[in-house]
Parts: sequence; structure tokens; C-alpha cells
Amino acid sequence: MEYKPIRKVVSGNYAAAYAAKHARVEVVAAYPITPQTSIIEKIAEFIANGEVENLQYVAVESEHSAMAACIGASAAGARAFTATSAQGLALMHEMLHWASGARLPIVMVDVNRAMAPPWSVWDDQTDSLAQRDTGWMQFYAENNQEVYDGVLMAFKVAETVNLPAMVVESAFILSHTYDIVEMIPQELVDEFLPPRKPLYTLTDFDNPVSVGALGTPADYYEFRYKIEKAMEKARKVIKEVGKEFGEMFGRDYSQMIELYRTDDADFVFMGMGSLMGTVKQAVDILREEGYKVGAAKVRWFRPFPKDELYELAKNVEGIAVLDRNFSFGQEGILFNEAKGVLYNTDARPIIKNYIVGLGGRDFTVSDVKKIAENMKAVIEKGELDVEVDWYHLKR
Amino acid sequence: MNTLFGEKKEGATKIVLKSVDEYPEAPITLGTTLINFTGDWRTFIPVVDDNKCVKCYICWKFCPEPAIYIREDGYVGIDYDYCKGCGICANECPTKAITMEKEEK
Repeated sequence: MEYKPIRKVVSGNYAAAYAAKHARVEVVAAYPITPQTSIIEKIAEFIANGEVENLQYVAVESEHSAMAACIGASAAGARAFTATSAQGLALMHEMLHWASGARLPIVMVDVNRAMAPPWSVWDDQTDSLAQRDTGWMQFYAENNQEVYDGVLMAFKVAETVNLPAMVVESAFILSHTYDIVEMIPQELVDEFLPPRKPLYTLTDFDNPVSVGALGTPADYYEFRYKIEKAMEKARKVIKEVGKEFGEMFGRDYSQMIELYRTDDADFVFMGMGSLMGTVKQAVDILREEGYKVGAAKVRWFRPFPKDELYELAKNVEGIAVLDRNFSFGQEGILFNEAKGVLYNTDARPIIKNYIVGLGGRDFTVSDVKKIAENMKAVIEKGELDVEVDWYHLKR
Repeated sequence: MNTLFGEKKEGATKIVLKSVDEYPEAPITLGTTLINFTGDWRTFIPVVDDNKCVKCYICWKFCPEPAIYIREDGYVGIDYDYCKGCGICANECPTKAITMEKEEK
């Protein structure tokens, strides 16, 4: 079948809902929370309109229960999906470990939202990054198209390596902003994403299994190692699935870090999610003004694209890491990861951390230009003014 | 039958896995409960009176462990290796066939 995309103007949230529908998810358990709500509203609408078959919606009383229901469904062999934001994701935290520990390929969309207090519903990556160590893979979408593509790819990667995956989009900047999304006809999605083949199921009565039994110190350790092995395998699978997606649908995701005009760049801006769209536009403008800059968008934060970062670092003089998140007592989380990767290598460009856009603070092209000027001065001088720059701070 | 699941009781031993490659991909059917009896936590012990039992199996449904099994004759048996003596079965039993008695040790 020839691929003819179906173009729809949808919000990021609707893109996520359509992707879940096209992935033929069998169980959705979710609790409404701003700005995620319209994802599950749309899925409920699909069910109400009879547009989906074999999809069970479980209305639960909290996010903790939503994830618990997804875990049960996934352990029974179903393709399970949920979505949440900020405090809701934090409430799920305990269950997130359960999903990855039991090796269940659940896919969740997290709409990045700042953690309260002060109460905020705006964009900030700290909620999803706080779940860094739960054993969930994390994909950061730049735009609505990547939300849609990300969910489909996440299911395929998750079900190949048997680990859960999170697709992350920005509050309001993507979740409630409408854009053209090229959707894939159902038959081709089915070809790309065949039905799930579970590792084990609770409904196979001829081969009963016990899930969640005690793991003594004699056994626990090995299972942690197996999760790490699955994460390592995921690096390879992500590239293969991304390449296959590109061959089938024209959008290539074979790189875990998307490089934009970095070939001859003196320094690059590195970041994740929707803010990288702004950065790419700024790079084009800065290039016209004579700055040799590029953008490096980290698509997959877990597993972390170590090799690709190393290759990038070898060829640039500086990396400006833009973090829309913060780990208190230390620094921006992506910055922390990037520095950690480069420590034991020969590639040691100047790397500086800019904390931007927390809690939905505007981050614009002119901000990128100011950061470029500062970064250029830092590189010329050969030393950092400050390592962590609270760029927007009212001084 | 999954080999890791093993058979309960007589001579049951936990299967010892020697290298990481022998482990299943997911932590399922570890067999740890075969050797890890939790029944010695209790003070009170449920005792079933078969004459009062009407085989409704409400106790079987409610047992959180689950330590209640259905015997071949259809009445309920209690697996004292795993019964923690919570008394839920006795509380739920509609005919009061189950009573909690202080266990002599």
C-alpha cells in the first residue's frame, strides 16, 4: 500500500489520542489533569462514537490507580496506554517502578507541566525528568507531529525490549496548540506496529506465572542488570525503529540526537522538547548574522544517547545546554547528564548550563541570540563566567 | 507447567539460578514462596467446621494470601504454611463455619 498521509489540524493532545487509537491500544486507564485532560477526553469520544473496537476505558480515582490498572492490563497481555502531567505523574511514581520492574511495555504521554507550589499549569520538564530513574524510556517531542510519531514508535520500541516508555510534550505550547499533523492510514500503522507479543501473560492458564513475588538478595540484583541490558538494547532498537519509520513514512528518527546545522558549527545549543523549535529558528537567523552555530535536540533522554553526544562533542568548541528543568542542589538535569558522559572521554568542549523557561516563562528567538552572544564570549575567553546561568532571573 | 513454578510442598526447593543468563527476562515465578513460609506470623488460627460449611467459597474469595484452597471433596482447606491468621475468612463466613482459635505452639 502506498503511503498517503492524512493531514489533520490537531492539538498535541489530540495527536497523542489519535496515535493511541491508531496503535490499537486495548486498555486506557487515566485520570484527568490539566493540561493532559483533552487526550483522554478525545479517547473517550472515540469510544462513545464507536470509532474504536476492543478498547476498554477504565475510569479510575487517581493517577496511582491509573498506572496500577495499566500494569494489570499489560501483565494480562493487553496494549495499555495512559496520559498525565506533573503532580499526577508524581503520584504515579511508585507504580512506574512497578511497570518497568515487571517489564511491561506500557506507553504513557506526559504533558510537561511545572511542579507546584507555586501552583502552575505551564511548561517545565522537571516532572518527567524527576522520573529519570524509574526504568522508563523517555522521548521528548518538539512538535505535534513528533507527539503522534513518538507514540507509535514508543509502542514498537517498548514491546521489543519489554520496558515502558514515556512520550513527553510541552504543556500548552504543544498540548493545546493546533498544527498540521500527518497521520498514517490505519493499515500502514498496523504494518508498522503489529499486535503485541507479550513476554508472559496472566491469562495463559496453561503456563501460570506469579508476578511480583519476593525477590531475595540472591535474585534481585540480576533483574536490575536485565533492565539495564534492555535499556542498552533499546539504543539499537530505537535507531532501527526510527529508520524503519523514516523509510515507511518519510520522517526519519534514526538519530537519538537530532543534529541541525552542526556540521561546521563552533558551538551548539542542546536541549529537549518544544523549545528546540525556537532554537532551530534562531540558529537560521544567527547563521545569517555570521554565527557558526547549530542545534542538537535530544530526542531520547532514556536511554541516554551517549555515543551520539560523544561524536557531537568531538566536533564543537562549546555546548550550551538549555534546561527547562532543575535539580536542586546541583544543576540542570540534561547538563548534568551531558557532563557526566563526557568526563571519561577525550572530547571536552566548554559546556555551559542555561536554565530557561521554568514554569512556562517565555523562551524566544531573541533569548537564544543573547545566549549565543554570551556563549561566544565564553568560548573566546576560554573559561566559564558561571557554570549554571539562571538566564531569565530578574536582577 | 513452567519449570520455575515448581511443585508445592513435599521436597519443594527454590530453583537456584547460577548465572544471569539462566534468569527469566522478567521477575516472574521466582519460586521464593515455596521456601518462604509466612504462616508462623499468626496468633489465632482459623478452624473450619465442615458440618456448617455450605461451600459458598466466600472465604476463598476474600483470603488475601491466598491460603484457602478447595479440597477434592469440595469443602475448604486452609494452608497453614501461608495463613497469617488475619481472620477475614471467619468474619466473612455467612454460616460461621470458620472460627478463630488461639494457636498452641
